[in-house]
Amino acid sequence: MAADQGLAPTRSPSYLSTRPRARLALLLSVPLLWLVVMYLGSIAVMLVSAFWMVDDFTGAVVQTFTLDNIVRLFADPLYGTVALRTILVAAGVTLIDVVIAVPMALFMSKVASPRARVALLVAVTTPLWASYLVKAYAWRVVLAPNGPLAFVTGGHTPGYGLTATVITLAYLWLPYMIIPVYAGFDRVSDSLVEASFDLGANAWRTIRSVALPLVFPAIAAGSIFTFSLTLGDYIAVGIVGGKTQLLANVIYGQLVTANNQPFAAALSLIPLAAIVLYLFSMRRTGALENV
Amino acid sequence: MTEFRNNRPTVTSESAPSGVDQAPRFGVADAAERPIDIAPQISLRGLRKTFGTVTAVDGIDLDVHDGEFFAMLGPSGSGKTTVLRMIAGFETPTSGSVFLDGTDATGLPSYRRDVNTVFQDYALFPHMTVAKNIEYGLLVDKVPKSKRVQRVGDVLEMVRLHGFGDRRPTQLSGGQRQRVALARALVKRPKVLLLDEPLGALDLKLREQMQLELKAIQRDVGITFVFVTHDQDEALTLCDRLAVFNNGRIEQLGAAQDVYEFPATAFVAGFVGSSNFIRPHVAREVFGMSGSFAVRPEKVAILPRGGPVSAGAAHIDGVVRDVVYAGAVTRIVVDGPAGLTLSSMVLNTASELDASIRRGTEVTLSWPAAALRRISD
Repeated sequence: MAADQGLAPTRSPSYLSTRPRARLALLLSVPLLWLVVMYLGSIAVMLVSAFWMVDDFTGAVVQTFTLDNIVRLFADPLYGTVALRTILVAAGVTLIDVVIAVPMALFMSKVASPRARVALLVAVTTPLWASYLVKAYAWRVVLAPNGPLAFVTGGHTPGYGLTATVITLAYLWLPYMIIPVYAGFDRVSDSLVEASFDLGANAWRTIRSVALPLVFPAIAAGSIFTFSLTLGDYIAVGIVGGKTQLLANVIYGQLVTANNQPFAAALSLIPLAAIVLYLFSMRRTGALENV
Repeated sequence: MTEFRNNRPTVTSESAPSGVDQAPRFGVADAAERPIDIAPQISLRGLRKTFGTVTAVDGIDLDVHDGEFFAMLGPSGSGKTTVLRMIAGFETPTSGSVFLDGTDATGLPSYRRDVNTVFQDYALFPHMTVAKNIEYGLLVDKVPKSKRVQRVGDVLEMVRLHGFGDRRPTQLSGGQRQRVALARALVKRPKVLLLDEPLGALDLKLREQMQLELKAIQRDVGITFVFVTHDQDEALTLCDRLAVFNNGRIEQLGAAQDVYEFPATAFVAGFVGSSNFIRPHVAREVFGMSGSFAVRPEKVAILPRGGPVSAGAAHIDGVVRDVVYAGAVTRIVVDGPAGLTLSSMVLNTASELDASIRRGTEVTLSWPAAALRRISD
């Protein structure tokens, strides 16, 4: 301390500089407060409300503990069917995005010239600037019975329904898959690829044995986005889904149309459980260890 | 620049090459002296590589023979690594050819060349264990399981990493990773092993140890090693022959000792070891000779002014400007006539410094006439 005084104008050490804990508390108190109270708190309240009931006559929420909502979830086969359909849609959307994103990201990071790489990055991310609603409507137009797709294919369009929903959602969430996978490929050093060639592996073998295992965590990270965003979507399905019922729009219906907030909360336990299970299964593969 | 292939003076010619497999350290100067019927392991002809407007490699002709430990030495940007990458197949030459074992491999992809590379950053697969890393090349070649296990075990033994097979590369030290990279390349039993600055990332002690190990391994496996380095000590320590690169060309090619003792150009004299340069006007004024010359500091002896000079030795008078103690040696910088500055390197055999030589002492510098080497600019 004494040595310091010779070097610079003396300043008494400030309160924070000598107290790392106080510094940490000051730094984290606001975001932690936000996270715990606003974010986790609201979900906790919703979860608790799943065990409440609604007064049939007044429509008011009655804060009395009941398992009725949970029982109803399992008793009515409709909800099981919708849940299964939603999870299959989410899995399908994720799969389509992986199939498109992996070669795209591989090209962007390892093949394209720097200029082409920037152009492609811009092309991939620009749609994120447009409103989600606009993009969903754009697909409604594309897929319309007399729309451009029908014109090009001579009347063969999937129409509004499950297929249209999958296509639209796969389109909407594609950037969320490409960006992490691109970053993943970018982290695979060129010399690893060269080492694989050097040891006698051809391009296909190199992709399979070196590149893909190394970008798997990135694919997993992207899939968490595509999977969970699909589980929560009710707008795209409303616009291009025709009469298709997915979990989120059933929940929306219960909340807004049927005015049954406790049952909507009970329904939302399903996607919540699905996402938690998905995260655990990803963790088992070791995909989240290096993220 | 010219290749000074045949400037070898008669002094060393009694240590002429004896045979291919012996790979003698000294005296194997050039291809012409080899038996002609053996195709060189690597043969480069008119090799050029440009990146955009930059010429990285500008016309390389080079033969590397079976069982040779060959060094490509040069400063960064001299094209040595690009040449190595063209031998490995990672870069396609703009023009010229690469022959491997007598056959044209210029357009061959790297996975179909019988050469393996030790990368500068080792390039170990982080998602595989040490054993899996080494096994990879055998797996790709569809070597049966029992043989794979055998060969991986053998090569781990060779690089003294027995018992490390289940570790991940991240759990190893730099020196251990370097050995894994070596093992992974050697397990394929290539005809040529390419090493790209293999010891660059290691600290000095470890580097010296690995140099000895590399040399021993090369002797054991007996295949051609070609390594790229910017470290002249390393090149001189390890190689049988070396090529000094500058600006995409080979400045000089020859046995390590020949290149050091008889540098052909000012660049080589300055890059491989250090040299005292004598410019043409100084040479004319002081020695009455025409041309540029170089003399190694360790050949320059320091004598008291007017002391006895051995017969036939050159000598000049000067005044000591600086005495720099550097552990094993002391470097004495002396101002001579006509603005000539010469360094003398004296081995510190006694534990006390010679107090008679200090700044301002008048001395005589002397060196054997043969130590003064004519160089081209």
